[in-house]
Amino acid sequence: MVNFIIRRLFAMVITLFFISIISFILIELPPGSALDAEIARLQALGGNLNLSQREALEERYGVNDPIHAKYWKWISNAVQGDFGNSFQYNMPVTQLIWGRLGFSIMLAGSSILFAWLVSIPLGVYSATHRYTIPDYVITVLQFIGVAIPEFLLALVLMVTFESVGGLFSRDMETAPWSFAKFVDLLEHLWLPVIVVSAGSTAWLTRVMRANLLDVLNQQYVQTARAKGLKESKVIWKHAVRNALHPLIMTIGGVLPALIGGDVVASIVLNLPTAGPVFINALRNQDMYLAITFLMFFSLLLVIGNLIADLLLAWVDPRIRLE
Amino acid sequence: MAVQAGSADDTRAVAKKDKQDAGQMSQRQLMFRRFKQSKLAVFGLIVLFLMYLMAAFSSFLAPYDYDAIDSSSSYKAPTKVVWAGGPAVCGEVQTLDEVNLEWKYANDCTKTYPIQFFNRSYPYKLFGLIPTNIHLFGVPQQPADANAVPTEGQARPAKLYLLGGDKEGRDVFSRMLQGSRVSLTVGLVGVIFATVLGSILGTASGYFGGAIDNVMQRVIELIGSIPTIPLWAALAAALPGNISVVRRYFFITLILSLIAWTGLARQVRGKVLSYRTADYTSAARAAGGSHMRVILTHMVPNAMSHIIVVAALAVPATILAETTLSFLGFGMQAPAVSWGTLLQDAQSIAVVTRYPWLLLPGVAVVLALVCYQFLGDGLRDAADPYG
Amino acid sequence: MADPVTNVETSSARQDGTDDVIQVKDLHVHFHTALGVVRALNGVSFNIPRGKVLGVVGESGSGKSITGLSIMQLVPPPGRMESGEILYKEKPDTAKPLNILSLGRHSDEMRAIRGDDISMIFQEPMTSLNPVFSVGHQIREAIMLHQNPNEDEARAQSVDILQKVGMPNPQRIARSYPHELSGGMRQRAMIAMALSCTPALLVADEPTTALDVTTEAQILELMRDLQNDIGTSIMFITHNMGVVAQMCDEVAVMYLGRIVERATVDDIFYDPKHPYTISLLRSIPRLGTNRGQKLETIKGGVPDPYTTVTGCPFHPRCPSFMPGLCDTVLPVETIIEGKDHHTVRCHLYPGSTPEQVADGDGRVTGTSGTAPNTGRAN
Repeated sequence: MVNFIIRRLFAMVITLFFISIISFILIELPPGSALDAEIARLQALGGNLNLSQREALEERYGVNDPIHAKYWKWISNAVQGDFGNSFQYNMPVTQLIWGRLGFSIMLAGSSILFAWLVSIPLGVYSATHRYTIPDYVITVLQFIGVAIPEFLLALVLMVTFESVGGLFSRDMETAPWSFAKFVDLLEHLWLPVIVVSAGSTAWLTRVMRANLLDVLNQQYVQTARAKGLKESKVIWKHAVRNALHPLIMTIGGVLPALIGGDVVASIVLNLPTAGPVFINALRNQDMYLAITFLMFFSLLLVIGNLIADLLLAWVDPRIRLE
Repeated sequence: MAVQAGSADDTRAVAKKDKQDAGQMSQRQLMFRRFKQSKLAVFGLIVLFLMYLMAAFSSFLAPYDYDAIDSSSSYKAPTKVVWAGGPAVCGEVQTLDEVNLEWKYANDCTKTYPIQFFNRSYPYKLFGLIPTNIHLFGVPQQPADANAVPTEGQARPAKLYLLGGDKEGRDVFSRMLQGSRVSLTVGLVGVIFATVLGSILGTASGYFGGAIDNVMQRVIELIGSIPTIPLWAALAAALPGNISVVRRYFFITLILSLIAWTGLARQVRGKVLSYRTADYTSAARAAGGSHMRVILTHMVPNAMSHIIVVAALAVPATILAETTLSFLGFGMQAPAVSWGTLLQDAQSIAVVTRYPWLLLPGVAVVLALVCYQFLGDGLRDAADPYG
Repeated sequence: MADPVTNVETSSARQDGTDDVIQVKDLHVHFHTALGVVRALNGVSFNIPRGKVLGVVGESGSGKSITGLSIMQLVPPPGRMESGEILYKEKPDTAKPLNILSLGRHSDEMRAIRGDDISMIFQEPMTSLNPVFSVGHQIREAIMLHQNPNEDEARAQSVDILQKVGMPNPQRIARSYPHELSGGMRQRAMIAMALSCTPALLVADEPTTALDVTTEAQILELMRDLQNDIGTSIMFITHNMGVVAQMCDEVAVMYLGRIVERATVDDIFYDPKHPYTISLLRSIPRLGTNRGQKLETIKGGVPDPYTTVTGCPFHPRCPSFMPGLCDTVLPVETIIEGKDHHTVRCHLYPGSTPEQVADGDGRVTGTSGTAPNTGRAN
């Protein structure tokens, strides 16, 4: 098991290294360098820069360095926690992201939990009551759940429940953390959680149904029945445990959707999460800020996959042995 | 049951129950039959066919130019259609709200104006080729009012905004029709790109295995490690802002397929892997068949139905992605419209509560996506007719 | 599915069998699939004598597995028991046998029978144990359910039974997971699980088909030993005549959802009556036969399941096919003269047509006239 974890951690570092390269390319991709943006800002404040000033700045920003030198400079700073400056806010990126990311992680975590708690029972019910009316209802809901864009669902729910979005009531927003603030959070959290997890819940329900139908055809389920076990025990103990296996693997597939959903939903729902800042940074080509977020989203994803792997090893003895 | 009462030889044959006997059908017939049995899939297919038909004839069906701004119709509620010996619209009376200094409009149904079919209105090119100005329906403006400033208190025919107007007073119905051209095709074209890419790479990966497979798998994993929507958004944000609509469309499909291919490649690889170890592949290789021949005659035809199914199931995700990107402002840019860009108008809850018809493009998105899923599911079941 | 032919045949079915654990009477099981109805069992009648091993033999698709599953009431959907009875007598002195089919599939009474009175082992040892639970846990589950809810005692009992089935290190095996065991070991574990509650009947569905020959021999020997030990009756489903010779006391040969011949194992091997049985036996390779002589095969294949064959279902492949009779009239079960326990369904033997039955019993019934017509169709 320890071996397994070490190997996975090693693979994770490699993945992150490649992600950092992709991220860096994305920073460099937009036309115009970071410096141009800076110069434009200075010019907007009044006054032109002369050539020597410009050259001094180019020197400082390393505009003419070869690309690998630029990457090295960026990544060595990033590892030390310096992700560059946000032009938009004119402050270090690190100061901007932590609080926002915290809420994003909380939202993604609650959404996964919600998706699981809803999709497993629904999927099991749907699979064991095939071709009944509730199964059809679940199936149709699940088609719609996958089809509805997060922002649309957010708008519809906000209109229906006369909500204004946000994670806190207005008077709680700036208040220090307290039990009352926590309760207030819970009162607001359900709506974003539903919005963010709707697609994934629908998807997982479908996966669960299909998996369980697969497992129910397995011989060992018949063996369990032949023992005289109650049908409920046959299903929940012998079948579901095996059907979870592919479901856990799909966490890897659902996480990107959850993070993406968070980004989109947070705009409509006015959430203090990473989403709105990220989108805004992209719109304004504030690339250091945007890409730092992207890196952290990826980090979340990689960690999520690691957790999924560990869960899988816990559920399935065959994987533990490897 | 019908037994041929002929010769003794005939009677020895296994009796056929009827012509529909499943045992006597070819694989293709079985697939088709299985597909037809799935009512949802057939429903999805029909609705999608209609939607694409509407997209193809969008200008003919649209009563107004999708981009014609009309400040007097800003946030106009959907026009009421009345019956007056045929469908008709009421007259409209303009008054000045002297407190807020705004024009107010009221219906005056004492006077009705019939809706004309195949009427002549703004010019367009059908399929981008045939110049014409015939539209399926519309309410002609009174010739006198064409350029005249509307007089206060005087009735004139209401504009036929079936689904209301947006902030700039453009017809939401016409805009949705126009938007469907982008929304319905971006996903499809993106998936076609992705399918070609995914099939080639997936087949190579599964068939040759070894280093090729390893590299491919790592690349797929790497792409999978970056959250999709943010990555799409970042890529789209990196597109230069001043490119033409056509090039932007092309780049967006490219960006969408850049990520969509991974899922397809993985599926195709899995299939090919299982075929590679099959006896008929070893037999073909032993008989001296080249790799290319084995791939083309054994792998591709076998995997084809699977590829089609996976591709069909990937279309809705891609359409959704385009909608989301456009909604966020990274997709198509004005003057091009897609359902996603139309929904940008509906970003604020305040607007949506007052003008709910602005959410209608979203309904179209959901309908198209649900139908694609029905279709994909039906195809999947049909591809495995014994399942 | 009221079919006059089968009605006649039921009336002529053997009624003796004073001490049978199981009596199956005119069992019909149909599968209603999207592509049509598959008639898996078309009136199967047989008995399993107490303490004996009954071999059920047939090609794939003959319905032998479905027969086994029917006794457990575990026929998977869309399979449905259309009609018939399965009578179960727990002990020789049980006054009134219990019709298993009268119990609900999921009823408590049915579950009390499964795994306790009647248990089953399956063909694929690789897949018949749940991969995520230890072997001991899975055996314990049955014991705790039917016999002893005390977990520690059940644990000890499960180790005992593992020892009984010849596991080298039962404590360790009990803790291991199925994927850590070989096929033969898994099948031993399955047998241990099935016998843990000393059932009156064990349904063994091709338990050795997936195993190699040496392991197969060991498992067969083990089953035979345990059968002698515990006195359990066994319904042994197989397509392997060699295994039948080794294992069984009596044999029922199935073809397309019907039993075509039923006899003691000696009669089947030395005096087979049905052309299908004869062909089956001829297709076994034998030591001592001349080299170069071709091994016989049964011509043709099992017809596709969605079609129905009129008359005797074996007629398209039968070497003794009689035109006009075999392809129109379904033969009924007849007793071979001079042998009480040898029955066959074939027109080669007197009493096989419904008319003859009616005449033989001295009863003239309306069915004699209609039966051939129904065989012919519409």
